[in-house]
Amino acid sequence: MFDAAGNPPPFWHNGPTPGGLYNFPGPKTAPSDFRQHSQAPVTTATSIVAMQYNKGVIIAGDLLGSYGSLARYRNCPRIMKVNDNIILGAGGDYADFQYVKDIIEQKIIDEDCLDDGFKLKPKSLYCWLTRIMYNRRSKFDPFWNNFVVGGLQDGEPFLGTVDKLGTAYTDKIVCSGYGAYIAVPLLREALEKNPTPSKAEARALVEKCMEVLYYRDARSYPKYQIATIDEADGAVVEDLVSVNQNWSLAHMIY
Amino acid sequence: MSSIGTGYDLSASQFSPDGRVFQVEYAMKAVENSGTVIGLRGKDGVVLAAEKLVMSKLHEPGTNKRIFNVDRHVGMAFSGLIADARQIVDIARREAANYRSQYGVSIPLNYLNDRVSMYMHAYTLYSAVRPYGCSVILASCGEEGPTMYTIDPSGVSYGYHGCAIGKAKQSAKTEIEKLKLSGMTCRELVKEAAKIIYLVHDELKDKNFELELSWMCEESGGRHEKVPEHVFLEAEKAAKQAMEADSDSDTEDM
Repeated sequence: MFDAAGNPPPFWHNGPTPGGLYNFPGPKTAPSDFRQHSQAPVTTATSIVAMQYNKGVIIAGDLLGSYGSLARYRNCPRIMKVNDNIILGAGGDYADFQYVKDIIEQKIIDEDCLDDGFKLKPKSLYCWLTRIMYNRRSKFDPFWNNFVVGGLQDGEPFLGTVDKLGTAYTDKIVCSGYGAYIAVPLLREALEKNPTPSKAEARALVEKCMEVLYYRDARSYPKYQIATIDEADGAVVEDLVSVNQNWSLAHMIY
Repeated sequence: MSSIGTGYDLSASQFSPDGRVFQVEYAMKAVENSGTVIGLRGKDGVVLAAEKLVMSKLHEPGTNKRIFNVDRHVGMAFSGLIADARQIVDIARREAANYRSQYGVSIPLNYLNDRVSMYMHAYTLYSAVRPYGCSVILASCGEEGPTMYTIDPSGVSYGYHGCAIGKAKQSAKTEIEKLKLSGMTCRELVKEAAKIIYLVHDELKDKNFELELSWMCEESGGRHEKVPEHVFLEAEKAAKQAMEADSDSDTEDM
């Protein structure tokens, strides 16, 4: 019974330690060669270009859904009107965008149901987006998106953005994706010369940026949407603006 | 109710020997103690009207509403116990939101009606619960055109062109039957609804009441919402005038 040192025998052999899990014998079957597709984007949309003008906000984004470098889907609208105060643009994984969009739309319906006269405001949606984005990146399963929130709050234009890590900032100019490299300098230069552009000036600038992006960004598309929000015209999403293409220079480039 | 006190009315899970479920009948009594609510379905939409009895002058106007939004396109009006009705409204909203998240389209009213009436019926089957002390009118104006249903505490539901629940449902129904509902527009129906509510209101028993009017039609963009201020005032004015004309002719007769 007792061993030479006088220790008592164990209560039982080969079983789990009390309170522990039983380890079955044999080879472990946990897969090790898998790929987590939820942690990489699949169908992606490219840049968003957005800026404030003197009394409102303008957001533009093209309609292409890319499959890697393949121009897979050509009608993927990703600018939405949230309510009378807010417009929203998104780049990155299109499925993630659709998922978040459905949640936002249901939020708006829930709010309409309450019928208390209160409407979601852009800063609130922006803050909420930072929370869900940060929450998901903290689970190592981010929504692979850049969101751009534009709107009017207390009569003032608001423009803010959140990326897939939950990093968020507000600015007068917001461009995501390739636009952050190509469009931001163009907009900054224009804004230095004219800090308070009118709606028409802002629109011309954004259209110029979309044109440049179309020539420079290999994941872009000549058809895009523009949304504007201001007190005069409210929130409007225009479908199908087109880049005026000019390829006459092309034969000179080798 | 000759069978009261015979012991068959103590639970909703027991029939009386003559085949009645008394708890359900008592629930219907609760509905009959509450202000009148009517629904009118015309050719281009549905109008809901409620007589909200104001128990105290100290109540703030516009509180304890009797007409609710369930989804963008669905409205619900109730008569009976307000706390019970709010739960039904909540259930209906969840059903609508769930359907939208599952199928990506708004819930058809016949399906919503099925779900809500099944839910109310379930509360007439067990001894541990009491039936809901409210009747509801569900109405929508979607792709299938204007539709309207009424659900009783028993869980029975019918589709209607015009319906009335609550205190003065009999006289309200008589008034509704005088209308040519299928040929009328919502604009006309709003006035008729206001008139009927004013007409069936019993000044002697209940002094104060607030009129509630909502509609869903082309003018509201297919949404269920309170009628706009000017339409409401117009309808209320027409109703009051009709009442005065009525009482004038009454005195002449005497």
